[in-house]
Amino acid sequence: MLSGFGPVSAFWLLAVLAVGSALMVVVARNLLHAVLWLILHFVAVAGLFLLMTAEFLAMAQVLVYVGAVGVLVLFAVMLTPSPWSENTEGRLGGVAVLLGGCLAAVLIFVAARTPWAQVTAGGFASTAQAIGRALIGRWALPFEIASVLLVVAMIGSIVLARGED
Amino acid sequence: MSTVRFGPELALLVAAGLVVLVDLAYPRRMVSLALGLLGVAAAAVWTLALGFGGGRGSAFQGTLLVDNFSLFFAVLVLAVTGAVLLASWDSLRAMGGREAEYVALMLVAATGALLLAGVNDLIAIFIALELTSVPQYILAAFSRTNRSSEAGLKYLLYGAISSAVLLYGMAFLYGATGTTSLPGIAHALSAHDGRTAAAVVGMVFVAAGFGFKMAIVPFQMWVPDVYQGAPTPVSAYLSVGSKAAGFAVALRVFLTALRVDGLATDWANMFAVLAVASMTIGNVGALWQRDIKRLLGYSSIAQAGNLLVGLAAATATRGDVLGASGVLFFVAAYAFTNLGAFIAVIALSHRLGSDEIDAYAGAWRRSPLLAVVLAFCLVSLTGIPPTAGFWAKLYIFNAAVRGGMVWLAVIGVLNSVISAAYYLGVVGVMFMRPPAEERRISLSPVVGLPLIVAAVGTLAFGLVPGPLIAAAEHAAAVFAH
Repeated sequence: MLSGFGPVSAFWLLAVLAVGSALMVVVARNLLHAVLWLILHFVAVAGLFLLMTAEFLAMAQVLVYVGAVGVLVLFAVMLTPSPWSENTEGRLGGVAVLLGGCLAAVLIFVAARTPWAQVTAGGFASTAQAIGRALIGRWALPFEIASVLLVVAMIGSIVLARGED
Repeated sequence: MSTVRFGPELALLVAAGLVVLVDLAYPRRMVSLALGLLGVAAAAVWTLALGFGGGRGSAFQGTLLVDNFSLFFAVLVLAVTGAVLLASWDSLRAMGGREAEYVALMLVAATGALLLAGVNDLIAIFIALELTSVPQYILAAFSRTNRSSEAGLKYLLYGAISSAVLLYGMAFLYGATGTTSLPGIAHALSAHDGRTAAAVVGMVFVAAGFGFKMAIVPFQMWVPDVYQGAPTPVSAYLSVGSKAAGFAVALRVFLTALRVDGLATDWANMFAVLAVASMTIGNVGALWQRDIKRLLGYSSIAQAGNLLVGLAAATATRGDVLGASGVLFFVAAYAFTNLGAFIAVIALSHRLGSDEIDAYAGAWRRSPLLAVVLAFCLVSLTGIPPTAGFWAKLYIFNAAVRGGMVWLAVIGVLNSVISAAYYLGVVGVMFMRPPAEERRISLSPVVGLPLIVAAVGTLAFGLVPGPLIAAAEHAAAVFAH
């Protein structure tokens, strides 16, 4: 449980920033702006991780998502023809907002009502060590399979992108 | 060494790597296919050795299970993969130097499907689901046609969204129970009233994520377009292998982790409603189709609805796994039948150069074998004896009746009547209408082999369903309480 003026105000600042920038990703008409909002969202989430004393996760979030994924998406958008084209607007936009709103209401209601398990501060002495142990212990299988998944995705993108022989 | 239990998956992955590497030095379609089949055979032998050699147990600290259930699906998925690889023989020629990647991606998709049936942890389930999905996104876009690219893109977009929904549901389950292990979740949920709002939301979202793989309503929109656009062998794999993996993981998660009383009633009712929707929308949609692959797409939605009947009845009566064994038996019978139908379509469409049902006019005169096999498989899909499909439907509807869901069985039978219209319509076109030309349609033996095996399997399990039912009940007994 967060306590004290500093952490609580930091939480609300980061939470508003995360949700607001995520909303802007969807609302922004310009694709490039949407990507920049996405990067801001990643930074805000990294801040939230830091607030939960998951410092390794926060660093990984900044390095991988802000540093690599964000820049990659930015490049992909820039390299596609006519990157300045506007986001298209579907005819079902109104219905989507209505349904999405209903779903959000249900989820917020459930999230607010549920007595979630709470971890006291300092549950882990060092998160990096705990994560490392988990990855080669209990979760060795998914960890290894993830590497196969990356290779397959790479082979697949090469196969699809390569022209005719 | 418990890692031995990871052998079948390892064999497939090694074969996939070898196929790609050997192709660099010696690019031959024959070599790629042979290596791929060798990998499947090695995995199958290993699976059988685990089954008969007392290899049951767990590996990776309980993350991967080898039990009757995972062995049943492993044998099924490997058989399907082998058959689809053989049936791809003609299609491989049109792939322009990408045969090895095609075979390797198939093998990796099979690895993911095997893992899905065996893993026991939400995180591992998610990764295994991605491992089987990502190769299929790529394979769907494998032909260099606009239709195929559209199929790949649609499949990818729907798949990405459903993965996100699944992950969100898993987060809710983790939040509600504090663990990602399936037995751990069951334990935490039964410790107090398991039917909390968070658990219900998690359950619904997880069902939605699996629903995409199972191709059930309302997650079926992608099916006709993807089946039509993807290379036909890939559609065959999607309709059988992918669906089997989806039902395997759904059975495992819902019957292991989420079978607390209140929650189980909730999802049984939910699946019953979705079963009615899938059967009805699938069958009514299929009535208007002029393209055989789209027709089989809608038919696979309807068949998924039949399978959901078994899932809905799975926890209806205590200490009884009739619903679950019904799903297993149906999946196996459906695999033979639908593979037979798809392989016949692959062979016919390849020679006819068209997927239109009208082009099948008089197929009986041009290729008696293909026409008879296709007709027989369509009869089996309708559920008319003496076919495996008949027993599958009988068994699964019986499970519904025994579980007190008579109305569900009645709707299922009514739907079978609707389905007869379009299944037998295709048979009518092949046998009653005169052919456009008299030229015979040849069948390459490589494609003929899996075709004959599928047809003989459909007939054999139609005449003697006992052994397959026994195997299914044995496998489903894993979930008995």
